Amino acid sequence: MPERTMFTMGDIACAEGALSAGCRYFGGYPITPATEIAEWMAVRMPELSGAYVQYEDEIASITSVIGASWAGIKAMTATSGPGASLMMEAVGLAVMTETPIVIVNIMRGGPSTGQPTRGQQGDVLQAKWGSHGDYQIIALTPASVQEMFDLTVRAFNLSEKYRVPVFLLADEIVGHMREALVIPDEKSLKLVSRKMPKSEPSEYLPFKPDDDLVPPMALLGTKYQFYATGLTHDERGYPTDSDEVQIELVTRLNEKILRHIDEITEVERYFLDDAEIAIVAYGTPARSARRAVKDARAKGIKAGMLRLKTVWPFPEEPIAQLASDVKHIIVPEQNMGQVYYMVRAFAAPTPVHLMTKPAGTPQLPDEILRKIMEVHAK
Amino acid sequence: MTATAEQVTLKHPMAKYIREDRMPWIYCPGCSIGIVTGMITRAIDTLGIDFSKVVVVSGIGCSGRTSGYFKTGTFHTTHGRAIPFATGVKIANPDLELLVVAGDGDLAAIGGNHLIHACRRNIDMTVVCINNFNYGMTGGQFGPTTEHEKWTQTSPAPIGNIEHPFNLVKLAASSGATFVARWTAVQVRRATKSIEKGITKQGLSFIEIVGACPTAYGRMNRLGEGVDMHKHLLEVTDIQNGLPPHEAELDYARRIVCGEFVDIEKPEYTDVLKQMHAKVRK
Amino acid sequence: MVRYGVRIGGFGGQGIVTMAVVIGEASALFDKKYVVQTQSYGPEARGGASKSEIVISDEEVDYPKVLAPDVFVVMSRAAYLEYVHGLKENGILIIDSDLVKVETELPKGVKVYSIPATRIADQEVRSKQTANVVMMGAFAAITKAVSIEGLRHQMEERWPKFVKINHLALDLGIKAGEKALEAPS
Ligand SMILES: Cc1ncc(C[n+]2csc(CCOP(=O)(O)OP(=O)(O)O)c2C)c(N)n1
Ligand code: SF4
Ligand SMILES: [Mg+2]
Repeated sequence: MPERTMFTMGDIACAEGALSAGCRYFGGYPITPATEIAEWMAVRMPELSGAYVQYEDEIASITSVIGASWAGIKAMTATSGPGASLMMEAVGLAVMTETPIVIVNIMRGGPSTGQPTRGQQGDVLQAKWGSHGDYQIIALTPASVQEMFDLTVRAFNLSEKYRVPVFLLADEIVGHMREALVIPDEKSLKLVSRKMPKSEPSEYLPFKPDDDLVPPMALLGTKYQFYATGLTHDERGYPTDSDEVQIELVTRLNEKILRHIDEITEVERYFLDDAEIAIVAYGTPARSARRAVKDARAKGIKAGMLRLKTVWPFPEEPIAQLASDVKHIIVPEQNMGQVYYMVRAFAAPTPVHLMTKPAGTPQLPDEILRKIMEVHAK
Repeated sequence: MTATAEQVTLKHPMAKYIREDRMPWIYCPGCSIGIVTGMITRAIDTLGIDFSKVVVVSGIGCSGRTSGYFKTGTFHTTHGRAIPFATGVKIANPDLELLVVAGDGDLAAIGGNHLIHACRRNIDMTVVCINNFNYGMTGGQFGPTTEHEKWTQTSPAPIGNIEHPFNLVKLAASSGATFVARWTAVQVRRATKSIEKGITKQGLSFIEIVGACPTAYGRMNRLGEGVDMHKHLLEVTDIQNGLPPHEAELDYARRIVCGEFVDIEKPEYTDVLKQMHAKVRK
Repeated sequence: MVRYGVRIGGFGGQGIVTMAVVIGEASALFDKKYVVQTQSYGPEARGGASKSEIVISDEEVDYPKVLAPDVFVVMSRAAYLEYVHGLKENGILIIDSDLVKVETELPKGVKVYSIPATRIADQEVRSKQTANVVMMGAFAAITKAVSIEGLRHQMEERWPKFVKINHLALDLGIKAGEKALEAPS
């Protein structure tokens, strides 16, 4: 399809992004504020001979998505906090079996049922630490309707490339607001697909990595026979209690992401060249911060912003660099402080100031401006 | 499961379906799970289907280890989630033959919701449930098929299990499965035939195999060794093919009604999906 | 135009959100402005007072919600009471005059325009459902924040079966808006 422009909702842009990325399987369970993704998929999937499947719960949804991926179809699910919590065990399964899947979490107010129709950014640490064990995932944080599309495409590409679950973490405002969306010409989109094995079936080792630490992935129902399990396994895929294999596997699952951190993480720099005070933000609060930076500049304060489009793996290097360039860092988040702790870890000894707001309304531009002025006066 | 593992020498014709490099398998001596694994390979062999198009999926548990022994595309999911995984595979590639092998705990407790919904959807797959009346893998706790007052690690003497069991045949039948059968581990020939029928059936087939877990359930309820338990199964089996599923009683001590109880035709999920897609494209 | 904030309020079923979406579409896709449209969800949107907002700008919109509306279009008493706060000094208030009375003190310099949108829809268009389209016409005429061609174009795209009736409603709204401009209340 040639390029087209719509005026549409973030959730719908995400669904369109998935379809443009080649997603042809959606397994889900309705939940506010992600329901519009499911509803859009229910209309669009049949037009593209894909499947919209509504499951009995989120556990079934994500597990079926893992199944569809092993059958060779790009697949995703979309949910919000309560559903994301239910999905966590399966996130670990996808990590351990190195399954490319995309999980969209349109974050709402928590804990528990919280505020279904109001946004928050309370699930950022959950995305990284929610399942048990040591592992890496990738999480992208869009701040506009266009990015809901663009970063969903990117989420699929990264998941295919690194054989890892990728989260799209958007707050409710980004999910529900409408803006202009340009859907690029199909041919202009760069799409990535997983590596397939080239070896003879008899020689295929399903979990033997290439130099990039990512093993080629055979599909179910092909001439390749293999066993994939959530148990610790060797290169043949066979379970083992061995310390060495466990250490080697866990290290590789982490390293295959961390070694490519520069390629994976994306940040946007805004008025940072001469900045003395920097905001680090993502999602809707970053939009407030943009305004606050402009207003602060108008008052002669050298403020700037580093906007995170990737929160996991955490962009350590850009934060460390920023910390050495500025005098203060301010982190406004729609939560009690999550990314803040990561920023602090890599910014030391530069002081990092947290602005919490575990509520549907993010920090307003004026609130951030006031904080900038307060910090400036120090 | 205990550490004692028996060296299993496989009969020749079936060896080609099994990952011999994974032998010996983890099952205790006298356990029924190995027998069920054999039934499945024989069913595949008789049907003569392309084994590479068969996908074996299991959950967690001793029964859940079954998938790992088959020499085809196999997947060991998390506890209870074999059916949703298999559903995703089947919808993504309807040409594949999906086999789910798991335990009573996996399929009827933690995965019970998925079982009934898969039956309702009537998605084409064959679910083989090895019912050994307890959670063998974790050392023998009561589960959804443990009979009233039976002893397990978490329903110890003198009280025993205060709950009542599911009858899995009734559960699957009333949830909408299009083929439902029950056998015990000793009716190898008949059970194998039912597995063949289940695989051939276009829809959800549920086959319960009542088996022995001598290490945990057998020991705690003083049911003897594996041999004794299998002898008992032979004695109490009451074959009643075609009986209405709601009459398929299971009383471990006295009478285990076995047979094929449901064999009906209903539109299968992926077929309907295909038809709907054709409609949209028109 | 630097950041123009529009707030629209009414009760569920009046087409408040649709109105905001059509205005948003027209200014984003037709007038080529930067636009963000948001709305209230949940209990608020199920009956009771409902609200939708649009930010229109010549530059990229940062904070997506309306901070202080330049204009408040309101079609129910409950929505008036709930959402009138924050209206800018010298701002614009457009009310459906049969359903809303100005019963609070307004910020300095606010101009009030009374449009009997529901009555016009009912008696002149002969379709009560088009009250939001009448209001859209009045809004465009009074504020000039969105082009009338843009609105016409988006309505044709959206409701190809109801082009005539919608154009009639829009024209009557524009006329009412122009009349009100001559004599703000
Ligand atoms: C989420 C989760 N909870 C608990 C367990 C522990 N666990 C492993 S197997 C099992 C029970 C298996 O029972 P069943 O399915 O009947 O299989 P069996 O071992 O009897 O063949 C349990 C509770 C687990 N692996 N995952
Ligand atoms: S089910 Fe019982 S007998 Fe069989 S392997 Fe497990 S513990 Fe041993
Ligand atoms: Mg069991």
